[in-house]
Amino acid sequence: MKITGKTRNRHRRFDGLGLLFLCLIFCLIALLGAILCITPGTTPGTTPGLADAVSSLQAQSGVESPVTAVLLNFRGYDTLLEVMVLLLAVIGVWSLTKAPLSWQKVDISPVQMGVVRLLAPVLCLVAAYLVWQGSHLAGGAFQGGAILGAAGVLLLVSELDWPRAVPALVLRIGLVLGPLVFVGIALCCLFFTGDLLAYPGGTAGWLILLIETACALSIGLTLALLFGGGRPEDDVSDGDIS
Amino acid sequence: MTYSILTLFDIILVLTLLWLGWRLLSSEDIFKAVILFISFGLLMALAWVRMRAPDVALAEAALGAGLTGPLFLSALRRMNRTRKGERRLDSDENRNEDHRKDSKQTQAV
Repeated sequence: MKITGKTRNRHRRFDGLGLLFLCLIFCLIALLGAILCITPGTTPGTTPGLADAVSSLQAQSGVESPVTAVLLNFRGYDTLLEVMVLLLAVIGVWSLTKAPLSWQKVDISPVQMGVVRLLAPVLCLVAAYLVWQGSHLAGGAFQGGAILGAAGVLLLVSELDWPRAVPALVLRIGLVLGPLVFVGIALCCLFFTGDLLAYPGGTAGWLILLIETACALSIGLTLALLFGGGRPEDDVSDGDIS
Repeated sequence: MTYSILTLFDIILVLTLLWLGWRLLSSEDIFKAVILFISFGLLMALAWVRMRAPDVALAEAALGAGLTGPLFLSALRRMNRTRKGERRLDSDENRNEDHRKDSKQTQAV
Protein backbone atom coordinates (compact mmCIF):
# COMPACT_ATOMS: atom_id res chain seq x y z
CA MET A 1 0.00 0.00 0.00
CA LYS A 2 1.51 3.30 -0.93
CA ILE A 3 1.25 6.19 1.45
CA THR A 4 0.90 9.50 -0.30
CA GLY A 5 0.47 12.97 1.07
CA LYS A 6 -3.13 12.27 1.95
CA THR A 7 -4.04 10.94 5.34
CA ARG A 8 -4.56 7.24 5.01
CA ASN A 9 -6.31 4.68 7.08
CA ARG A 10 -3.50 2.42 8.12
CA HIS A 11 -5.09 -0.96 8.27
CA ARG A 12 -4.44 -4.18 6.52
CA ARG A 13 -6.72 -5.81 4.08
CA PHE A 14 -8.23 -9.19 4.81
CA ASP A 15 -5.87 -11.73 6.21
CA GLY A 16 -6.57 -14.86 8.18
CA LEU A 17 -7.02 -13.13 11.52
CA GLY A 18 -9.42 -10.53 10.10
CA LEU A 19 -11.53 -13.22 8.48
CA LEU A 20 -11.65 -15.19 11.72
CA PHE A 21 -12.68 -12.04 13.59
CA LEU A 22 -15.44 -11.38 11.07
CA CYS A 23 -16.70 -14.97 11.44
CA LEU A 24 -16.74 -14.62 15.23
CA ILE A 25 -18.71 -11.38 15.04
CA PHE A 26 -21.19 -12.97 12.66
CA CYS A 27 -21.63 -15.95 15.00
CA LEU A 28 -22.19 -13.59 17.94
CA ILE A 29 -24.85 -11.64 16.04
CA ALA A 30 -26.58 -14.87 14.98
CA LEU A 31 -26.49 -16.12 18.58
CA LEU A 32 -27.97 -12.87 19.91
CA GLY A 33 -30.69 -12.94 17.29
CA ALA A 34 -31.53 -16.56 18.15
CA ILE A 35 -31.73 -15.74 21.87
CA LEU A 36 -34.01 -12.80 21.17
CA CYS A 37 -36.29 -14.90 18.99
CA ILE A 38 -36.46 -17.91 21.31
CA THR A 39 -36.86 -16.26 24.70
CA PRO A 40 -40.55 -15.59 25.32
CA GLY A 41 -41.63 -12.09 26.23
CA THR A 42 -38.62 -10.36 24.75
CA THR A 43 -39.70 -10.13 21.15
CA PRO A 44 -39.67 -6.50 20.05
CA GLY A 45 -42.92 -4.67 20.60
CA THR A 46 -44.17 -6.84 23.43
CA THR A 47 -41.91 -5.69 26.26
CA PRO A 48 -43.81 -3.34 28.55
CA GLY A 49 -40.72 -1.34 29.55
CA LEU A 50 -41.20 1.68 31.76
CA ALA A 51 -43.76 3.44 29.57
CA ASP A 52 -46.66 2.77 31.95
CA ALA A 53 -44.72 3.89 35.01
CA VAL A 54 -43.72 7.12 33.26
CA SER A 55 -47.18 7.91 31.94
CA SER A 56 -48.76 7.35 35.35
CA LEU A 57 -46.47 9.99 36.88
CA GLN A 58 -46.57 12.29 33.86
CA ALA A 59 -48.99 14.74 35.46
CA GLN A 60 -46.67 15.37 38.40
CA SER A 61 -43.60 15.96 36.27
CA GLY A 62 -44.59 19.46 35.12
CA VAL A 63 -43.99 18.73 31.43
CA GLU A 64 -46.05 16.95 28.81
CA SER A 65 -43.26 15.20 26.92
CA PRO A 66 -42.39 11.83 28.49
CA VAL A 67 -38.78 12.05 27.30
CA THR A 68 -38.22 15.42 28.95
CA ALA A 69 -39.98 14.18 32.08
CA VAL A 70 -37.55 11.29 32.35
CA LEU A 71 -34.46 13.32 31.43
CA LEU A 72 -35.00 16.30 33.69
CA ASN A 73 -37.36 15.14 36.39
CA PHE A 74 -37.28 11.42 37.08
CA ARG A 75 -33.64 10.92 36.14
CA GLY A 76 -32.42 14.49 36.48
CA TYR A 77 -29.23 13.33 38.16
CA ASP A 78 -28.08 11.58 34.96
CA THR A 79 -28.59 14.73 32.92
CA LEU A 80 -26.68 16.74 35.50
CA LEU A 81 -23.74 14.38 35.12
CA GLU A 82 -23.97 14.56 31.31
CA VAL A 83 -23.72 18.34 31.42
CA MET A 84 -20.69 17.99 33.69
CA VAL A 85 -19.08 15.57 31.23
CA LEU A 86 -19.40 18.18 28.46
CA LEU A 87 -17.79 20.79 30.71
CA LEU A 88 -14.95 18.36 31.47
CA ALA A 89 -14.44 17.81 27.74
CA VAL A 90 -13.89 21.52 27.16
CA ILE A 91 -11.53 21.73 30.14
CA GLY A 92 -9.56 18.86 28.63
CA VAL A 93 -9.31 20.52 25.22
CA TRP A 94 -8.39 23.88 26.71
CA SER A 95 -5.64 22.39 28.85
CA LEU A 96 -4.08 20.67 25.84
CA THR A 97 -3.45 23.49 23.44
CA LYS A 98 -4.28 26.96 22.29
CA ALA A 99 -6.76 27.62 19.53
CA PRO A 100 -5.05 27.76 16.14
CA LEU A 101 -4.70 31.29 14.84
CA SER A 102 -6.12 32.14 11.48
CA TRP A 103 -2.92 33.80 10.32
CA GLN A 104 -4.02 34.22 6.76
CA LYS A 105 -6.35 37.16 6.39
CA VAL A 106 -8.93 36.22 3.82
CA ASP A 107 -11.62 38.43 2.43
CA ILE A 108 -14.99 36.91 3.17
CA SER A 109 -16.94 36.56 0.00
CA PRO A 110 -20.31 38.36 -0.12
CA VAL A 111 -22.08 35.07 -0.74
CA GLN A 112 -20.66 33.59 2.44
CA MET A 113 -21.49 36.71 4.44
CA GLY A 114 -25.03 36.53 3.09
CA VAL A 115 -25.35 32.91 4.14
CA VAL A 116 -24.03 33.67 7.62
CA ARG A 117 -26.33 36.66 8.02
CA LEU A 118 -29.28 34.59 6.92
CA LEU A 119 -28.53 31.36 8.75
CA ALA A 120 -27.14 32.46 12.11
CA PRO A 121 -30.33 34.22 13.32
CA VAL A 122 -32.48 31.41 11.96
CA LEU A 123 -30.34 28.85 13.83
CA CYS A 124 -30.69 30.82 17.07
CA LEU A 125 -34.45 30.98 16.56
CA VAL A 126 -34.67 27.24 15.87
CA ALA A 127 -32.58 26.52 18.97
CA ALA A 128 -34.87 28.64 21.15
CA TYR A 129 -37.89 26.94 19.64
CA LEU A 130 -36.45 23.47 20.28
CA VAL A 131 -35.79 24.28 23.93
CA TRP A 132 -39.31 25.67 24.33
CA GLN A 133 -40.80 22.72 22.46
CA GLY A 134 -39.01 20.30 24.76
CA SER A 135 -41.78 20.59 27.34
CA HIS A 136 -44.44 19.05 25.14
CA LEU A 137 -42.86 17.56 21.98
CA ALA A 138 -39.51 16.26 20.83
CA GLY A 139 -36.72 18.64 21.64
CA GLY A 140 -34.85 19.89 24.66
CA ALA A 141 -31.61 21.30 25.93
CA PHE A 142 -29.27 18.99 24.03
CA GLN A 143 -30.98 19.40 20.69
CA GLY A 144 -31.29 23.17 21.08
CA GLY A 145 -27.71 23.36 22.30
CA ALA A 146 -26.51 21.39 19.29
CA ILE A 147 -28.22 23.86 16.94
CA LEU A 148 -26.63 26.75 18.83
CA GLY A 149 -23.29 24.99 18.56
CA ALA A 150 -23.82 24.66 14.81
CA ALA A 151 -24.40 28.43 14.63
CA GLY A 152 -21.12 28.93 16.50
CA VAL A 153 -19.30 26.58 14.14
CA LEU A 154 -20.74 28.50 11.19
CA LEU A 155 -19.34 31.75 12.59
CA LEU A 156 -15.97 30.10 13.26
CA VAL A 157 -15.52 28.54 9.83
CA SER A 158 -16.46 31.73 8.01
CA GLU A 159 -13.35 33.35 9.52
CA LEU A 160 -15.18 36.27 11.08
CA ASP A 161 -13.05 38.32 13.43
CA TRP A 162 -15.26 38.89 16.42
CA PRO A 163 -16.03 35.26 17.48
CA ARG A 164 -12.33 34.69 18.08
CA ALA A 165 -12.01 38.03 19.88
CA VAL A 166 -14.57 37.26 22.59
CA PRO A 167 -12.81 37.60 25.96
CA ALA A 168 -11.95 34.33 27.66
CA LEU A 169 -13.75 35.38 30.85
CA VAL A 170 -17.05 35.70 28.99
CA LEU A 171 -16.54 32.23 27.49
CA ARG A 172 -15.75 30.77 30.91
CA ILE A 173 -18.87 32.30 32.44
CA GLY A 174 -20.97 30.99 29.53
CA LEU A 175 -19.48 27.52 29.91
CA VAL A 176 -20.32 27.16 33.59
CA LEU A 177 -23.69 28.92 33.41
CA GLY A 178 -25.70 25.77 32.65
CA PRO A 179 -23.97 23.48 35.17
CA LEU A 180 -24.12 26.20 37.85
CA VAL A 181 -27.86 26.82 37.35
CA PHE A 182 -28.46 23.07 37.36
CA VAL A 183 -26.44 22.45 40.52
CA GLY A 184 -27.89 25.54 42.18
CA ILE A 185 -31.46 24.41 41.58
CA ALA A 186 -30.55 20.89 42.71
CA LEU A 187 -29.11 22.25 45.96
CA CYS A 188 -32.13 24.50 46.50
CA CYS A 189 -34.35 21.45 46.06
CA LEU A 190 -32.19 19.61 48.55
CA PHE A 191 -32.62 22.49 51.00
CA PHE A 192 -36.37 22.93 50.60
CA THR A 193 -37.64 19.40 50.00
CA GLY A 194 -34.86 17.26 51.40
CA ASP A 195 -34.10 15.46 48.16
CA LEU A 196 -31.65 16.30 45.40
CA LEU A 197 -33.54 17.54 42.32
CA ALA A 198 -36.98 16.84 43.84
CA TYR A 199 -38.74 19.93 42.56
CA PRO A 200 -41.28 21.46 44.95
CA GLY A 201 -44.82 20.81 43.77
CA GLY A 202 -46.13 23.14 41.08
CA THR A 203 -42.81 24.71 40.16
CA ALA A 204 -41.40 21.75 38.23
CA GLY A 205 -42.36 23.04 34.78
CA TRP A 206 -40.72 26.43 35.19
CA LEU A 207 -37.64 25.06 36.89
CA ILE A 208 -37.17 22.55 34.08
CA LEU A 209 -37.51 25.29 31.47
CA LEU A 210 -34.97 27.43 33.35
CA ILE A 211 -32.50 24.55 33.57
CA GLU A 212 -33.00 23.68 29.91
CA THR A 213 -32.44 27.26 28.72
CA ALA A 214 -29.26 27.70 30.73
CA CYS A 215 -27.96 24.28 29.74
CA ALA A 216 -28.75 24.83 26.05
CA LEU A 217 -26.67 28.03 26.09
CA SER A 218 -23.77 26.26 27.79
CA ILE A 219 -23.99 23.18 25.59
CA GLY A 220 -24.03 25.30 22.44
CA LEU A 221 -20.99 27.23 23.61
CA THR A 222 -19.28 23.98 24.61
CA LEU A 223 -19.73 22.40 21.20
CA ALA A 224 -18.62 25.52 19.35
CA LEU A 225 -15.51 25.79 21.56
CA LEU A 226 -14.72 22.11 21.05
CA PHE A 227 -14.71 22.88 17.34
CA GLY A 228 -12.49 25.88 18.00
CA GLY A 229 -9.97 23.37 19.30
CA GLY A 230 -8.17 25.03 22.18
CA ARG A 231 -8.23 27.80 24.74
CA PRO A 232 -8.44 31.37 23.42
CA GLU A 233 -5.35 33.49 23.03
CA ASP A 234 -6.11 35.83 25.90
CA ASP A 235 -6.80 33.05 28.37
CA VAL A 236 -4.60 32.51 31.41
CA SER A 237 -1.22 31.44 30.10
CA ASP A 238 1.05 28.90 31.73
CA GLY A 239 3.28 31.59 33.09
CA ASP A 240 0.51 33.30 35.02
CA ILE A 241 -0.38 30.19 36.97
CA SER A 242 3.06 29.45 38.37
CA MET B 1 -47.65 -8.14 11.07
CA THR B 2 -48.56 -6.11 8.05
CA TYR B 3 -46.22 -5.26 5.26
CA SER B 4 -46.46 -1.96 3.46
CA ILE B 5 -44.35 0.27 1.29
CA LEU B 6 -42.68 1.48 4.52
CA THR B 7 -41.36 -2.01 5.18
CA LEU B 8 -39.55 -1.86 1.86
CA PHE B 9 -38.25 1.58 2.83
CA ASP B 10 -36.99 0.20 6.15
CA ILE B 11 -35.20 -2.68 4.49
CA ILE B 12 -33.51 -0.35 1.99
CA LEU B 13 -32.58 2.00 4.86
CA VAL B 14 -31.02 -0.79 6.90
CA LEU B 15 -29.11 -2.14 3.91
CA THR B 16 -27.84 1.34 3.01
CA LEU B 17 -26.74 1.92 6.61
CA LEU B 18 -24.86 -1.38 6.71
CA TRP B 19 -23.24 -0.68 3.35
CA LEU B 20 -22.26 2.87 4.38
CA GLY B 21 -20.86 1.58 7.67
CA TRP B 22 -18.77 -1.02 5.87
CA ARG B 23 -17.56 1.50 3.30
CA LEU B 24 -16.53 4.07 5.88
CA LEU B 25 -14.67 1.53 7.96
CA SER B 26 -12.85 0.03 5.01
CA SER B 27 -12.05 3.17 3.04
CA GLU B 28 -8.37 4.01 2.87
CA ASP B 29 -8.83 7.74 2.51
CA ILE B 30 -9.80 9.21 5.87
CA PHE B 31 -11.40 12.25 4.25
CA LYS B 32 -13.71 9.97 2.33
CA ALA B 33 -14.47 8.07 5.54
CA VAL B 34 -15.46 11.32 7.28
CA ILE B 35 -17.83 12.28 4.48
CA LEU B 36 -19.33 8.78 4.57
CA PHE B 37 -19.67 9.13 8.35
CA ILE B 38 -21.68 12.34 7.93
CA SER B 39 -24.04 10.68 5.46
CA PHE B 40 -24.27 7.69 7.78
CA GLY B 41 -25.34 10.04 10.58
CA LEU B 42 -28.05 11.62 8.44
CA LEU B 43 -29.47 8.25 7.43
CA MET B 44 -29.23 7.08 11.04
CA ALA B 45 -31.38 10.06 12.03
CA LEU B 46 -33.93 8.87 9.49
CA ALA B 47 -33.78 5.40 11.03
CA TRP B 48 -34.44 6.86 14.49
CA VAL B 49 -37.49 8.63 13.11
CA ARG B 50 -38.71 5.31 11.74
CA MET B 51 -38.22 3.79 15.21
CA ARG B 52 -40.49 6.56 16.56
CA ALA B 53 -37.75 8.25 18.55
CA PRO B 54 -37.82 11.85 17.27
CA ASP B 55 -35.75 13.11 20.21
CA VAL B 56 -32.87 10.82 19.40
CA ALA B 57 -33.29 11.63 15.70
CA LEU B 58 -32.93 15.36 16.37
CA ALA B 59 -29.85 14.81 18.52
CA GLU B 60 -28.34 12.42 15.97
CA ALA B 61 -28.88 14.79 13.06
CA ALA B 62 -27.51 17.79 14.94
CA LEU B 63 -24.68 16.12 16.87
CA GLY B 64 -23.82 13.01 14.88
CA ALA B 65 -23.96 14.47 11.41
CA GLY B 66 -23.80 18.22 11.97
CA LEU B 67 -21.10 18.64 14.57
CA THR B 68 -19.00 15.48 14.69
CA GLY B 69 -18.35 15.71 10.95
CA PRO B 70 -16.86 19.22 11.06
CA LEU B 71 -14.93 18.25 14.21
CA PHE B 72 -13.38 15.30 12.36
CA LEU B 73 -12.62 17.51 9.37
CA SER B 74 -10.84 20.12 11.46
CA ALA B 75 -8.92 17.40 13.30
CA LEU B 76 -7.92 15.97 9.93
CA ARG B 77 -6.68 19.38 8.79
CA ARG B 78 -4.59 19.72 11.91
CA MET B 79 -3.15 16.23 11.46
CA ASN B 80 -2.17 17.06 7.89
CA ARG B 81 -0.58 20.31 8.99
CA THR B 82 1.42 18.53 11.66
CA ARG B 83 2.60 15.91 9.22
CA LYS B 84 3.80 18.48 6.72
CA GLY B 85 6.05 19.90 9.43
CA GLU B 86 4.37 23.26 9.55
CA ARG B 87 3.99 25.25 12.72
CA ARG B 88 2.98 22.95 15.56
CA LEU B 89 1.02 24.72 18.22
CA ASP B 90 1.91 22.63 21.24
CA SER B 91 5.60 22.44 20.43
CA ASP B 92 5.64 26.20 19.91
CA GLU B 93 4.14 26.67 23.34
CA ASN B 94 6.73 24.40 24.89
CA ARG B 95 9.48 26.33 23.20
CA ASN B 96 8.14 29.61 24.53
CA GLU B 97 7.92 28.13 27.99
CA ASP B 98 11.49 26.85 27.83
CA HIS B 99 12.61 30.23 26.61
CA ARG B 100 10.83 31.91 29.50
CA LYS B 101 12.40 29.55 32.01
CA ASP B 102 15.83 30.20 30.51
CA SER B 103 15.40 33.95 30.76
CA LYS B 104 14.21 33.62 34.37
CA GLN B 105 17.26 31.54 35.22
CA THR B 106 19.59 34.04 33.62
CA GLN B 107 17.92 36.82 35.53
CA ALA B 108 18.37 34.88 38.77
CA VAL B 109 22.02 34.35 37.97
